Amino acid sequence: MSDAILKIKNLKIEFKSGKETVQPIRGVNFELKKGETLGVVGESGSGKSVTSLAIMGLLPERTSKIVDGEINFKGNDITNLKEKQYRKIRGNEISMIFQEPMTSLNPVFTIGQQLSEPLRQHRNMSKKEIEKAVINVLNQVGIPRAEQIINEYPHQLSGGMRQRVMISLALLCEPDLMIADEPTTALDVTIQAQILELMKNIKQENDMSLLLITHDLGVVAEMCDRVVVMYAGEIVEVAEINELFNEPLHPYTRGLIDSMPTQNTRKERLYSIRGQVPRPNEITKGCVFANRCPLAFSKCFEETPPVFARDDHLSKCWLQNTKEGEVV
Amino acid sequence: MASSLPQGEQALGSVLKSKQKTKIGEFFSNLSRSWTGMLGFGIIMLLLFLSIFGPWITPYDPMHAEFSKGLLPPLTDGHLLGTDHLGRDIFSRIIMGARVSVIIGIATACIAGVIGTIVGIIAGYFRGWIDIVLMRLVDVQLSFPFIVLVLVINAIIGAGLRNIIISLAIGGWVIFARVIRSEVLALREKEFITSSIATGVSRLQILVKHILPNLFTPIIILASLQIGTYIIAEASISFLGFGVQPPTPAWGNMLNEGRDYIFSSWWLVTFPGIAIVITALGVNLFGDWLRDTLDPELKGE
Amino acid sequence: MLDFVIKRFLQVIVVVFLALTVVFFLIRLAGDPTTLFLPPDAPREQIEEYRELLGYNRPLYVQYGDFMYNAIQGDFGESLRSQEDALGIVLDRLPATFQLAITSLILALFIAIPLGVLSAYKRNTVFDRIGVGLTVVGQAVPSFWLGLILIFLFAAQLQLLPSGGGGTPVHMILPTLTLAAYSVARFTRFTRSAMLDVLQKDYIRTAKASGVPTMRLIMRYALRNSLIPIITLVALDLGVLLGGAVITEAVFSWPGVGRLLWQSLMNRDFPIVLAGVFIIALIYAIINFVADILYAYVNPQIRVK
Repeated sequence: MSDAILKIKNLKIEFKSGKETVQPIRGVNFELKKGETLGVVGESGSGKSVTSLAIMGLLPERTSKIVDGEINFKGNDITNLKEKQYRKIRGNEISMIFQEPMTSLNPVFTIGQQLSEPLRQHRNMSKKEIEKAVINVLNQVGIPRAEQIINEYPHQLSGGMRQRVMISLALLCEPDLMIADEPTTALDVTIQAQILELMKNIKQENDMSLLLITHDLGVVAEMCDRVVVMYAGEIVEVAEINELFNEPLHPYTRGLIDSMPTQNTRKERLYSIRGQVPRPNEITKGCVFANRCPLAFSKCFEETPPVFARDDHLSKCWLQNTKEGEVV
Repeated sequence: MASSLPQGEQALGSVLKSKQKTKIGEFFSNLSRSWTGMLGFGIIMLLLFLSIFGPWITPYDPMHAEFSKGLLPPLTDGHLLGTDHLGRDIFSRIIMGARVSVIIGIATACIAGVIGTIVGIIAGYFRGWIDIVLMRLVDVQLSFPFIVLVLVINAIIGAGLRNIIISLAIGGWVIFARVIRSEVLALREKEFITSSIATGVSRLQILVKHILPNLFTPIIILASLQIGTYIIAEASISFLGFGVQPPTPAWGNMLNEGRDYIFSSWWLVTFPGIAIVITALGVNLFGDWLRDTLDPELKGE
Repeated sequence: MLDFVIKRFLQVIVVVFLALTVVFFLIRLAGDPTTLFLPPDAPREQIEEYRELLGYNRPLYVQYGDFMYNAIQGDFGESLRSQEDALGIVLDRLPATFQLAITSLILALFIAIPLGVLSAYKRNTVFDRIGVGLTVVGQAVPSFWLGLILIFLFAAQLQLLPSGGGGTPVHMILPTLTLAAYSVARFTRFTRSAMLDVLQKDYIRTAKASGVPTMRLIMRYALRNSLIPIITLVALDLGVLLGGAVITEAVFSWPGVGRLLWQSLMNRDFPIVLAGVFIIALIYAIINFVADILYAYVNPQIRVK
């Protein structure tokens, strides 16, 4: 698997608050191939955002720590990089789009000033060249009258426009990997589709890999090649997109798929998974999903299931064929 | 059904009682978790003790002048902190000065608090032109330096304990008015008020039953944070020769008298100042703790 | 923007007008000013004569109207002591007060902003805790007492600096330090909490994700955002600084408006008191006016509509 651009191996992250420590990420493994769009799916609290911040090296320094594992980016482990070296990667080789376009842009600087920043940091370019590059990228993300926009402030733009600006910010240094953390959650439905379409095109044009973090399986179905399903700080299933929807192996994934509202049929009642994601300090022995799993049996509460592989389809469940209830 | 009602009330009463008990317990257990809060509380308790029992614990008569014993340095002739130019014991005068500071701090907070609360309620509850006029007035007063305002008023109406309290209250009520008004505005929007209005409860009843009790916490917090300001302001004004007049021992006028001896007798200007600093520090620490505990939303404001 | 300026300007006029009104009536309520000119045992007829001469026998509202009419033209009457123009005396003292207040303000900002920034950046470290502790203690120290202690140390003990008076730069050192110290504690606190607030904002994370170095992140980005609340808080606090100036001037015999006001209050020289109140209200209103414009300048959400 030499074509993987990002490999995460047995990542464990610890959060400290006061005297208490919790592990919101407990042994996460996955990899992202070159040119691939990988979806990371899970409810809030599953640890997907923490994982993405860890890749960016943006975990809060004082209160969190990577205690084990590695994040291998283009063949190098970046977990132990010095801040100075990490900075050369951020916004340059890996960039990130955040969830909230309304608050992710600085209100006191113009769009142009903010967009110049990655180029200033990572490229040796004159002011003129930077401005040209910025206008270029703004055009690429479909912002009209880019020459004027660069002199405007974030509050003068709509939410959709701001997210386009965020995308262009992430795009400026032509990164190898782009991480998008819920890029459309805060937007109107009509704008969502536009932004997704834009990201799809841009990914293709710029030959990037995309790590798409979302709770929305609809977005995943639209965008991704493969999917990682996270639950309570662990990965419970990894599969190619069609296979995941056709033949989900983990009861949690099945639950997520069943609770998707479908477009054509009007169901009697929307399915929902009962209960909530356990907080990191509530996790004990056994399968993390056992307390909410409709198929759980005694073994699930006693022993943590290992990862079972069926070709490239991985799942972490004792029931390896959930439809037939076959126990491994 | 009818017979069960008094029983229910009784049960409610006992719940309330035990709640009150745990409230005091809660206060102290909260306090014990913050050493700054404890320090503030301790200083306040000491001040209250001194201002109540002062006359019985001063080693000397604080008013008794003995010219032959003037300007004695600390730790001579049984004078712990020395004597002033008239030979009066500084330690005793500082203990008696606590009473002046405590009276001024509390009385001003009460008067300014009551006036400000009434104005704030009127402005916030009735809105309209009366709100606009009152808040303009508050804005205007707030745009004049507090200490200068108090100084000018006090100088014109005359010095003395009563007049300095009046002057401070005139200078201080506006902050209460502004805070209470915004509290009332916020309360008005709360659902339990809206639903009371919807069910036809009279304005006065809503005011007395629902709004007033909810203002208690912000008033207490604000008052505790303002008392330190009042104490320092009184000392400043007494230092300038107005405010509390000699021979009544107040820390500010002790500093004013000691000022002439600064080149020869340092203790005259040192100890009363330390007393002010400790007092203001204690009151502020306790006020900060109270605010952080009762109203976490205000934290860091 | 022009609307805003006009609105604020009208507010300045209202503040000054009301301040004068209140002080005028307070003075008249406090007693008959004629008694101040004459010895206590002056005969009745002489008092009456003076009242008539100075116009104090007219109804209060006529006196008030008269006073306001003159005040608008800058005429606050003559000093009861020196018989010179009251406003002129106050204006003569104004440069000294400006000198003291502005030097102190600049000094305080130069100390407090870096200190607050550093404290926020190193929050919960020993440095931060000491910083926070000092600001809490600093807020409990009255400025006049700090002035006395500085006089005791530098004038009485070390004999390095003069204890009072004005004129030379050496005379400025102690009053400036006193007045600045008074503000440093609060300004540091404002800066720290504003920075803490900004540092956890999403846009700071965005900048970090763009590869902005920490130093630049703090100095260019976070500090710039923090300036908005800092300007507001500092402007609100300038009243305290101005009040502190009055007291500091009294402690160090600094020949400014504050000391003049204090002495005139002592002498019950009311024309000067009125002129002094007028000037202080005017200065404070103008400062707030400038702060508002500065605030709009650093905040594009107001500047650019």
